[in-house]
Amino acid sequence: MDIRFLTLLLVCQLIGEVATAWLAWPLPGPVLGMVILFGGLVIRGAVPARLSVVTTSLLRYLSLLFVPAGVGVMLHASLLAREWWPLSVALVGSALCTLIVTAWVMRALQPRLDKES
Amino acid sequence: MVAEFRDIWVYLSTSPLLHLTLTLSAYVAGEWIFERTGQKPIFNPVLIAVLVLVGLLLATGTDYRTYFEGAQFVHFLLGPATVALAVPLYRQLHHVRGSLLAISAAIAAGSITAVTTAVGLAWALGGSRTTLISLAPKSVTAPIAMGISEKLGGLPSLTAVLVIVTGVFGAAFGSWIIQSMRIRDARAQGLALGVTSHGIGTARALQLGELAGAFAALAMGLNALATALLLPLVGRWLWG
Repeated sequence: MDIRFLTLLLVCQLIGEVATAWLAWPLPGPVLGMVILFGGLVIRGAVPARLSVVTTSLLRYLSLLFVPAGVGVMLHASLLAREWWPLSVALVGSALCTLIVTAWVMRALQPRLDKES
Repeated sequence: MVAEFRDIWVYLSTSPLLHLTLTLSAYVAGEWIFERTGQKPIFNPVLIAVLVLVGLLLATGTDYRTYFEGAQFVHFLLGPATVALAVPLYRQLHHVRGSLLAISAAIAAGSITAVTTAVGLAWALGGSRTTLISLAPKSVTAPIAMGISEKLGGLPSLTAVLVIVTGVFGAAFGSWIIQSMRIRDARAQGLALGVTSHGIGTARALQLGELAGAFAALAMGLNALATALLLPLVGRWLWG
């Protein structure tokens, strides 16, 4: 793990956080940081190998990182008990619609691909 | 002896080490169950870890603030990890070549459908403002969805759980639904799974094949970016 590239990630995040706060732009700071890093990669035209080592090890256990926040749902037990019905219907209904619409639009615009499996 | 144990417990329960260790242990246990059950989406490691930890905290009467003092070290890495998502997004970008129009139209349509149907259905069934905001980014990868939810005045922790449940649902039933529409193109399957179910859908798409997996990863990244850029602007106007 190369400390310079870990620092680069933090610098991108810091710029993102500061810029979004300063401009009162309702974009999460780390997302702007991601756009900045992405722009850098496009300009450079390749991913430096040592950056890749850092991002791969961070992203390998990405799902672990949202466990602490997920546990915070215990603070909202009463909201869940009150609104479980609109929440579950919206969640299932919306997921079904999203799956169908995305797959259908892709096929409608590229019908020739449909023969492949 | 009993008094000594109590002293140790008092020390441990106020030190961040205990809850940091518990967080990692619960996740490792979740991964173990997930692997042992043949990687069925329903046995999602995060979902298992969250359930185990909530159960433990309730059983020991520990409040969330105390728990978070330990868990914050893991939570902090969400920011740098979000920035790191630029690398896989950059790597998947070459798939866009040649089908730019179809891919961007499919992702845009899916992205808009995900937000409007979720908010619309919850609103029609009497969901509160907080619920609508927390639900809106539910198809976006968790770190970014939580950021959007927070910026709009929702509950990031509720969003995290809704994101995971959406991911699990889409991954469990997604490929079956798309196949029942008789769409067999791996690209369309991957895009649909990635837009609907972010990282969990991408993991499922990878089981279908490398091409489906790559398109799911691309769809997850672009959907997250589009939603993060546009939803806060629409949300400010709707809920501001």
